[in-house]
Amino acid sequence: MEAKKTPLYEKHVQAGGKIVEFAGYLLPVQYPTGVIKEHMAVRTACGLFDVSHMGEITVKGKDAVRFLNHLLTNDYTVMEDGQARYSPMCNPEGGVVDDLIVYKVQEDDYFIVVNAANKDKDFAWIKAQVQGNVEVQDISETIAQLALQGPKAETILKKLTAEDQIPTGYYTANFQGTVAGFPAIISRTGYTGEDGFELYVSPEHAPALWDLLLENGAEEGLIPCGLGARDTLRLEAAMPLYGHEMNDEITPRTAGLGSFVKMKKEEFIGKEALERLGKPTERRVGLKVTGKGIAREHQDVYADGRKIGVTTSGTHSPYLKYPIAMAIVEDAYRAVGTQVEVDVRGRRVAAEVVKLPFYKKD
Amino acid sequence: MNFPKDLQYTRTHEWIRYEGESAYIGITDYAQDQLGDLVFVNLPEVGDEVMAGEPFGDVESVKAVSDINAPVTGVVEEANEALADTPEAMNEDPYEAWLIKVGEISATVDLMDAEAYEAFVAEEG
Repeated sequence: MEAKKTPLYEKHVQAGGKIVEFAGYLLPVQYPTGVIKEHMAVRTACGLFDVSHMGEITVKGKDAVRFLNHLLTNDYTVMEDGQARYSPMCNPEGGVVDDLIVYKVQEDDYFIVVNAANKDKDFAWIKAQVQGNVEVQDISETIAQLALQGPKAETILKKLTAEDQIPTGYYTANFQGTVAGFPAIISRTGYTGEDGFELYVSPEHAPALWDLLLENGAEEGLIPCGLGARDTLRLEAAMPLYGHEMNDEITPRTAGLGSFVKMKKEEFIGKEALERLGKPTERRVGLKVTGKGIAREHQDVYADGRKIGVTTSGTHSPYLKYPIAMAIVEDAYRAVGTQVEVDVRGRRVAAEVVKLPFYKKD
Repeated sequence: MNFPKDLQYTRTHEWIRYEGESAYIGITDYAQDQLGDLVFVNLPEVGDEVMAGEPFGDVESVKAVSDINAPVTGVVEEANEALADTPEAMNEDPYEAWLIKVGEISATVDLMDAEAYEAFVAEEG
C-alpha cells in the first residue's frame, strides 16, 4: 500500500524535513534543525508537530457510555462535556488492542483519538464489539491534527484565539473553538510532558494554520518538530507507546497503566483475564544507562547472571544528556536503585532502575 | 555538502586520509547529515585489528545506531577518545573529527576519489 500524505506534506518538504514512512504516512522525522534542538525547543519554548496521521473515531447514541465502559478499561460514567480521559483497550486475554483518549463532546456523543498504526484495526475491533444503540464512525480522513507543545504554547495560541476559548484544565477540550478564524477542537493535551495543545481542524485549513502558528510563534522560539523529537520527548516523560511498552500480549498492569484499569467496574473486555492473571509478575521500569552505550528497544536486560527482562524503548535523552530506556523486568528487580545490565549488541552495559518519569515539568 | 579533494571515500560513507604509513579514518559529511545529531561513539582500542570492509565501531544518533566500517585492514594506533565527550564534533566538522588512526595496513576496500564519491552520493540521495 502506498504511503499517504498528510495535508501538511508540502510544508514539511518545503521546510527541508527528512521524510520517512511512519504508520503508512509520509512524515518528517526531523527538520534541518535536528532532533536535539527540536526537542529542547519543546522543553524550553515551543514546538509544532503534524500529527494528522492519528485516527479519530466517533461513538454516538443512547448507549454510548455503557458501550465505552464495556469496551475500555477506564470508567467513563462520570464526565463533564469537553473532558478527556485516557484508557487502554483490552482484548479478552487482557492484552492491549490499543491505548487511546476519549473525549466527551456532550451527552451520548464521544470523540476518540487512536494511534495511527492501529486505526484500521481499532475501528474494526470497536465496530465488532458494539452493543445497544451506538453508532461508530471513522472520521480520520476529515481531520488534521497539529500539536503545539511547550511552555510558550498558550502565549502563542492566545495570539490567534480568544482567551475564553482556550481550555484551562489539562485533559479538557473546547469542541466549538476557532483558531485564526478556522473552526477547531482545542484540546489541552499532548505527548511531550509539557503544557500544550492539540488542535483538530479540517484538512483544507491545516496548511494555513500551520503557517500562521509558525509566524506568530517565531518570537517565542516556536519551530516545527518531527517524529524523532516526538519520540524522545514522550520517552523522557515516560509516556508509553503502543507496540513498545504494551501490545496485544502485554497487559496494562504490566505496562504500569494499572490506574487506568477500573477493576471495580461490573464488566469490561479483558476483566476476567486480568482477574485471573492477578498481580503482574513483570513491570515496566525506567533505566538510566550508567555504562557506555545507548540502550535501544528489544535488548535483553540482565541481573544476577541471567536475563530478567527486555527493553521496550531507549534513546539518548536530549534534556538529561544521558541514555535512558524503559524495560519490562521481573517484579523482583523493579525497585529504584537496582543495578542491571543491558545487552547492547553483544556488549553488557551497566544500567540502574530509576523512578519514572525521567523528566517532569516544574 | 563538502567533499575534500585530499581524502578517499568508501561506499559505506567513511573517509580515509593517508599520512605516511598510517591513515586516519572518519565518517563523511553525507554520513553525519543522514545520521543526524550524534550522541555516542564506540571505538576500538589501540592495538585492536580492524578488517577492510568490516565494522570496527559504531556511532549513534538520537534515533539510531550505525556501524562504521574499516576501509583498510590494519592495527589501531590511536583512537580519538575526545569524541566520547564531544560526539557532536562529527556533525560540526566531520573531516577533522577522525575516529581512529590505523597502521600496518595490508588490504583496502575499493576507494573513491572526491569526485566519484560526490557522484555516488548524488545517485544514492
